[in-house]
Amino acid sequence: MSNAVSALNSERHEGFVTVSEAGLVGMITIRSDQASKPLVKALKDLGLSLPPKRGITEAGGLVLAWMSPDELLLICPHDQAPAHTGALEAALAKTHALVVNVSDARALMHVRGARADEVMMKLSPADIQQLPAGEMRRTRFAQVPAAFWRSGREEISVICFRSVAAYVMGLLEVSARPGSELF
Amino acid sequence: MSTRLSKGGRLIDRATPLNFTFNGKPMRGYAGDTLASALLGAGQVMLGRSFKYHRPRGLVASGVEEPNALVELGRNARFEPDQRTTTTELFEGAETRSQNHWPSLEFDVGEINDKLYKFLPAGFYYKTFMAPRAAWKHLFEPVIRKSAGLGGAPKEADPDRYEQVYAHCDVLVVGGGVAGLAAALREGRKGQRVWLVEQTAHWGGRTPVDGGQIDGEEAADWIKIALQELESLPNVTLRTRLMAAGQYDHGYVIGLENLGDTRPGADVPRHRLWRIRAGRTITATGALERPLSFAGNDVPGVMLASAVRDYVVNWAVSPGDRVVVVTNNDDAYRTALALLDAGLSVPAIVDAREESHGALPQVAKARGITVLEGRGIARVLGRTHVTGVEICMQAGEGGATQVLDCDCVAMSGGWSPVVHLWSHCGGKLSWDAEHAMFRPDPERPPLGAQGQPMVQAVGAANGDLQLAAIMAAAGLGAVSSDEAPMMPVWQMPAGAPDALRYKSFLDFQNDVKVSDVQLAAREGYESVEHTKRYTTLGMATDQGKLSNINGLAVLSDALGQPIPATGTTTFRPPYTPISLGAIAAEAKGPLFQPLRRTPIHDWHAARLAHWEPVGHWRRPYCYPRSGESHRDAVNREITNTRQNVGLLDASTLGKIVVKGPDAGRFLDMLYTNMMSTLKVGKCRYGLMCDENGFLMDDGVVARLSEDTFLCHTTTGGADRIHGWMEDWLQCEWWDWKVYTANLTEQFAQIAVVGPKARTLLERLGGMDVSREPLPFMQWAEGTLGGFDARIFRISFSGELSYEIAVPASQGRALWDKLITEGESLGVMPYGTEALHVLRAEKGFIMIGDETDGTVIPQDLGLGWAISKKKDDYLGKRAQQRSHMTDPSRWKLVGLETLDGRVLPDGALAPAEGFNANGQRHTQGRVTSTYYSPTIGKGIAMALVLNGPDRMGEVLEFTGTGDTRISARIVDPVFYDKDGEKQNV
Repeated sequence: MSNAVSALNSERHEGFVTVSEAGLVGMITIRSDQASKPLVKALKDLGLSLPPKRGITEAGGLVLAWMSPDELLLICPHDQAPAHTGALEAALAKTHALVVNVSDARALMHVRGARADEVMMKLSPADIQQLPAGEMRRTRFAQVPAAFWRSGREEISVICFRSVAAYVMGLLEVSARPGSELF
Repeated sequence: MSTRLSKGGRLIDRATPLNFTFNGKPMRGYAGDTLASALLGAGQVMLGRSFKYHRPRGLVASGVEEPNALVELGRNARFEPDQRTTTTELFEGAETRSQNHWPSLEFDVGEINDKLYKFLPAGFYYKTFMAPRAAWKHLFEPVIRKSAGLGGAPKEADPDRYEQVYAHCDVLVVGGGVAGLAAALREGRKGQRVWLVEQTAHWGGRTPVDGGQIDGEEAADWIKIALQELESLPNVTLRTRLMAAGQYDHGYVIGLENLGDTRPGADVPRHRLWRIRAGRTITATGALERPLSFAGNDVPGVMLASAVRDYVVNWAVSPGDRVVVVTNNDDAYRTALALLDAGLSVPAIVDAREESHGALPQVAKARGITVLEGRGIARVLGRTHVTGVEICMQAGEGGATQVLDCDCVAMSGGWSPVVHLWSHCGGKLSWDAEHAMFRPDPERPPLGAQGQPMVQAVGAANGDLQLAAIMAAAGLGAVSSDEAPMMPVWQMPAGAPDALRYKSFLDFQNDVKVSDVQLAAREGYESVEHTKRYTTLGMATDQGKLSNINGLAVLSDALGQPIPATGTTTFRPPYTPISLGAIAAEAKGPLFQPLRRTPIHDWHAARLAHWEPVGHWRRPYCYPRSGESHRDAVNREITNTRQNVGLLDASTLGKIVVKGPDAGRFLDMLYTNMMSTLKVGKCRYGLMCDENGFLMDDGVVARLSEDTFLCHTTTGGADRIHGWMEDWLQCEWWDWKVYTANLTEQFAQIAVVGPKARTLLERLGGMDVSREPLPFMQWAEGTLGGFDARIFRISFSGELSYEIAVPASQGRALWDKLITEGESLGVMPYGTEALHVLRAEKGFIMIGDETDGTVIPQDLGLGWAISKKKDDYLGKRAQQRSHMTDPSRWKLVGLETLDGRVLPDGALAPAEGFNANGQRHTQGRVTSTYYSPTIGKGIAMALVLNGPDRMGEVLEFTGTGDTRISARIVDPVFYDKDGEKQNV
């Protein structure tokens, strides 16, 4: 929809790595028994397999992340979120499940560069250096909750709540300033 | 007189001279200098005045243990007091100033305190508290505050940047001396993820100065080889200038890294606080030399023996031409030899031991140094600098047997392992009588979460004081001079009379002397912890690194008990001070706290809204126009909303979706009223209580489908109530089929309020918002003016009101559209204060105003919202307790002031008589109070004893000062009691 804008309108800063807001991104929370057959089938129809604990699976521009024993997060293009939400809701209608579009409750940031890990180390208590590709890490960024994963070569994607997007961008910007490289 | 030697200095780069000032006087040092070595090299022996007696003081040490040589560094915003010169690296343009004197370092009025020492004994502060009472406040405190203390306080905000970093490793090795290097090599070769941190800028610790051979190499060469290998290991991280400040549970270690101190103004973080999770910590933190307690051991020029040779060898600085060495051990002989090597003179080595036959004494004697055995120093001559020493028999009472001219005294009372990190988490110490020191007891280490040893001590930190022993423990061969046993000396001479003990300093920084500790013992202080606080021994910024063992040895002697029976004081982090800036790190200015912004935040900001913090949100309190007061703005917003149409950014309101076959049953338990009977498409107001029956949140619930509800919470309650729901679902009713999701931020929510609200929405078009099909307390979904909207017909103002929820990404566009389309209708935004007044005029309660955690719904006349049909809900049983059903509980009423004034918030209604504490009885309390432009006078809500039965009665409430304000008890619904306006 033409009226839609992301929290920071793709704000971007160049430091020893580049930090930027990804713009509008679709996100769908799926709460369900993960062994549920209709769920597995609905995901399969999207080309996705169920991620292992703390893992992510990807297919056709979609990312599916394990968030908790009964929660998954489907990341998709923003304009596809209502359709995916509706389709999943319909597929899970006969089971106990909650499918809800949370795209606009979130903001997504990209940290790009060879030293991306160093920015993350300043903000999250997680063991970034040993974070494998294919893991969704739910943790905190300074004073707010955050989740992130290695979304590409020398790229980490960070999800935070929309209301604190400016705070998180501020954290990323100050942490990526040249002269503060760690190693 | 100290000076720079023409040759040597392994750490300085003579090709890079650096200029700095001390008390405005230009001085010069070299790259690689510390402030201390540069000052000493520039001939500055006296560096400050002492804390209490204002005695002249100079350098004692060469490292973190330095108690005296603290200076003010920098100016204006980068001014910092109490900078330890021994650990501060010299940089070009450094401005340093000495501390704690007036008018000047050389002539200090406060020096009178030194003559008054008998009147300033241990416990002086406590004694002055006693009598007369007023004397402390009016006499002692003002004088003491002026006279005691160190550097000044900075007056400007710190302009520098700081940061924190989290690191993880298997093994953290603290200390980059030879023991630490060996430990890091051993662990690194095993493939462990190793961090090796060193607080100074250099690797190798003391060994390059003290000499010896390791693994067949000269020590300095071995250090290079070890470093090369460590640097080649990808699993090993090496950091210098990183001081491990504290060891905490679960392998958590805090360390401070210094990045910018030598580059003021550079665009880099000045300090970096490392927060390290280590599987294990190996402390290789070395040992600190102890002073000897003789009269005048604090005169500038009396230094630790190890520091004297550090200055000579590391920085080519001579602390004096003629240096008397006084010792109770062999190690200090190294200092005498280093001085000879540098071409300086050693008039004598004064050795408290009756005989000295060790390898080092033999070398010293062979090189022609006079060794005075069984002797001690009776007193140091000189005041602002050493001019000589009186030699006496160590066993005697201080009668001088000879006087030696000298300008420096190098003292050594033995060594104490640095056991801080070992001890922080409960590692125990055992007393080593042979070396007169506490050392880590490997049988009683600090334990990790699994009961495993969490910290291991190696090297001198483990009590191995000789190179051969240190390296043997690491599995490496080493050669160093054998040292003969030391002899504990806690007072020099042993029979020193009062006059000498009064001038024998234990704690240089806090001016605590042998006589003070002995006085404390005589006054009944037996515990070392009490003695510490009474005398202030070890309580200064150096935390007793030099004084701790000497002090408790003196205390033990005074108490007639062995030293281990006295024990040590508690070792607490940080090891050396860490900057407050590093603790705050990025959390300052705009990043001090996360500020939550609604999708419409920028619009409010652009209109210069006056903000109100609500949780971490900022909400517009009002939108003052040019020249308009806040109160006038609020009144205008209220009146416009009642007469035309107002817009409220209600996006912060909590929105939690609850779905599942048991959702209705779940909400029936959470809310006091019945939610399971709510029809799809309808809304119902509900109350939530905690298990104790107290009202904690309220809001409107909308039933979205047969098994789905949307629960609105207060702004501040959104996260808390979502957590509350999950708590019950996960911990208590885990077999109920209910899922929740907090959608607060998914939607922007805009309240369109006022008689022209419907007209405005009709202008947007796309949805029928007339009374039918969208009556009061119903919701509808559709496309409103091109927006994906869910419209709730709910009202917190008493007016015709629609709350429109759209995806947050569309929120700003909808707001803009409503403002544009509503212009001709007189649309105005209104803020939280107008919201409050509008609801108070209507008698609606506000969580946090009418409730404070002790109020139940029944107190607020909300009995209608409590289901009588339900078997249970959270809080039901509690609300049946006798105190909760007590008819004398204060109840909600409205108040109208008789003269139209506004009652103060929280005003009390006094009642007759006084309680047991002599306090006036009360019979009521104001919970909300406002000026109502609609009613034209001050209105309020209050909880009042038997309030609803006292309608019409006039009560007096407390005003400011002793004034009273009369108010009449009325119905709390001031406006449109029948609700006709909201139901059109």
